[in-house]
Amino acid sequence: MTPEMIRGARKRDERVAQAGIVRGFFRRVEVGALIGAVVIWVFFAIAAPDIWLTITGVSRILDEATTLGIMAGAVALLMIGGEFDLSAGVMTGTTGLLAGMLAVRGGWNIWLAMLAALVFAAGVGFFNGWMVTKTRLPSFIVTLATFFILRGANVGVTKLVTDRIVVEGIDKAAGFYAARLVLDTEFKFLGTTFRTSTIWWIVLTLIVAWVLQRTKFGNWIFAVGGDAQAARNVGVPSNRVKIALFMTTAIAGWLVGMMNIVRLRSAVASQGIGEEFVYIICAVIGGSLLTGGYGSALGAAIGAIIFGMARVGIVFAGWDTDWFYSFLGIMLLVAVLVNDNTRRRAESVGVAAAKARTEEESKDG
Amino acid sequence: MAETLLEVRDITKLFGSVIAVSHVSVTVNRGEVTCLLGDNGAGKSTLIKILSGVYQPTEGEYCFEGKRVSLRSPREARAMGIATVYQDLSLLPLMPIWRNFFLGAEPEKGAALLRRFDDRFAKQTVREELHKMGIDIRDPDQPVGTMSGGERQSIAIARAVYFGAKVLILDEPTAALGVKQAGMVLRYVAQAKARNLGVIFISHNPQHAWAVGDRFIILKRGRTLGNWTKNELTQEDMIRRMSGADELEALSLELDQIVHGNAGHASN
Repeated sequence: MTPEMIRGARKRDERVAQAGIVRGFFRRVEVGALIGAVVIWVFFAIAAPDIWLTITGVSRILDEATTLGIMAGAVALLMIGGEFDLSAGVMTGTTGLLAGMLAVRGGWNIWLAMLAALVFAAGVGFFNGWMVTKTRLPSFIVTLATFFILRGANVGVTKLVTDRIVVEGIDKAAGFYAARLVLDTEFKFLGTTFRTSTIWWIVLTLIVAWVLQRTKFGNWIFAVGGDAQAARNVGVPSNRVKIALFMTTAIAGWLVGMMNIVRLRSAVASQGIGEEFVYIICAVIGGSLLTGGYGSALGAAIGAIIFGMARVGIVFAGWDTDWFYSFLGIMLLVAVLVNDNTRRRAESVGVAAAKARTEEESKDG
Repeated sequence: MAETLLEVRDITKLFGSVIAVSHVSVTVNRGEVTCLLGDNGAGKSTLIKILSGVYQPTEGEYCFEGKRVSLRSPREARAMGIATVYQDLSLLPLMPIWRNFFLGAEPEKGAALLRRFDDRFAKQTVREELHKMGIDIRDPDQPVGTMSGGERQSIAIARAVYFGAKVLILDEPTAALGVKQAGMVLRYVAQAKARNLGVIFISHNPQHAWAVGDRFIILKRGRTLGNWTKNELTQEDMIRRMSGADELEALSLELDQIVHGNAGHASN
């Protein structure tokens, strides 16, 4: 290294740092979702200004977004790790039914029933992950099978046990009110009702984001989603990481399932079916690539807020709620296009720079 | 004379009844580059996998730093300081340079639940290590996928060196590169050599091998065709042996006959 070369390097560094602040923002994974959220907020602020712009509007949006957001965060991790979980939605129903039946029919303390459901969820998550890593089948297929198995069992077992497709009277179980207080109860804030589940969501999102961005395990998640074999070559236990991620989505499903039963005091066999795609779409809106290796937990949370806004906004504006699904489709399409574009732009800057430098160097040498 | 770092003697590997390599010997000295040359199917891949611990030889001795060893896994080889950079490089294109560099060996700071990836140290180290190899990276956050092929090779090499490699096994590092990019990689091979590492350079490009090599081993159909130091051989000689010049002559004679037969008249 000659002094000139070092000085030259420093000069270049400074140039990058200057461009870096603006570009750095636009290179952030979540930027597409953030812009989307602002656009949709403005849209409903014009379409239904009366309630939208009040604190009640905010509380309604957060209420809708909370359970979606908890699931979307876990699903985003799994997607960054390169896999899907189509059984995540139905898992919220299965765990709720299981805990409910144990509490109502078995007379168990609700905490014990919830613990049993947790063990069950972790087991199913492990099974999903183990099947995917052992057989190397696409997780799409493996978890689709799990989805159907659980969906059938939800109705079948519930009918066998209760003769109906609903488990009621969960609030009579011992410990119910304590569980409700912890998981999903109302509280007043700024004169409006919010729910403790929203606090759970915020805390969990921060934890997930921290794990992903700041820890070794987070680095491994990106790596196994990018290229599991390459990760294995440098010593990342790819299979264990994937299994842990499948268990995380299943456990998130359990948490949401428990929140639902303490809130509604009952569990329905059809709970959560169809939601799995909403979680995936939230993650995609948040910048996670369908192909893995790239994404964000904060983005998934923003994705959930966008959905909360859409669900609530359509009602506030007095439109038919079926429009929600059309909205879902449009959002998905836009998000995928934006993701692709943001990523390509971020990369093309780098490619141009790399090419320029190679030419410079070959001139020097 | 330079100190021998790694030596395999009379290595044979059978897959069932198929002989992949037969009685091959390779030596690498500290601060030298040994080139393994050969056409497709010559047994290069099998030999690399034996050297890097993926396969165990059916027969033969493996010595590292003067001691006889038997490697059971690539991990074991890496722990001893034998690092292999494969063609796929084991780099993740969508991940930033610093995350890639430390993947699988992340430096951590903080205690218990706050234990986290020391990103500041990682970014700084990446910058320094690549600087030592003569690359300035502007931005350690740049995704590896946006870098040129030569730069990527260099990152993979720098990573192996940083994590304590004494012997570097480079599997066709210049294969998919243009002239400039290949030049860049060859410069880093020379850097690694200057830093007193032993390098095993696998290639089927004789020019690239000649540019950096100190010792040349030509493989053919699983056997050693020869083992020369640079002053025992000329480049032309090497190319001739590598390409199987005798066979080429025979082939051109045969082609000649076909052409002439079909054309129905003789020329030349």
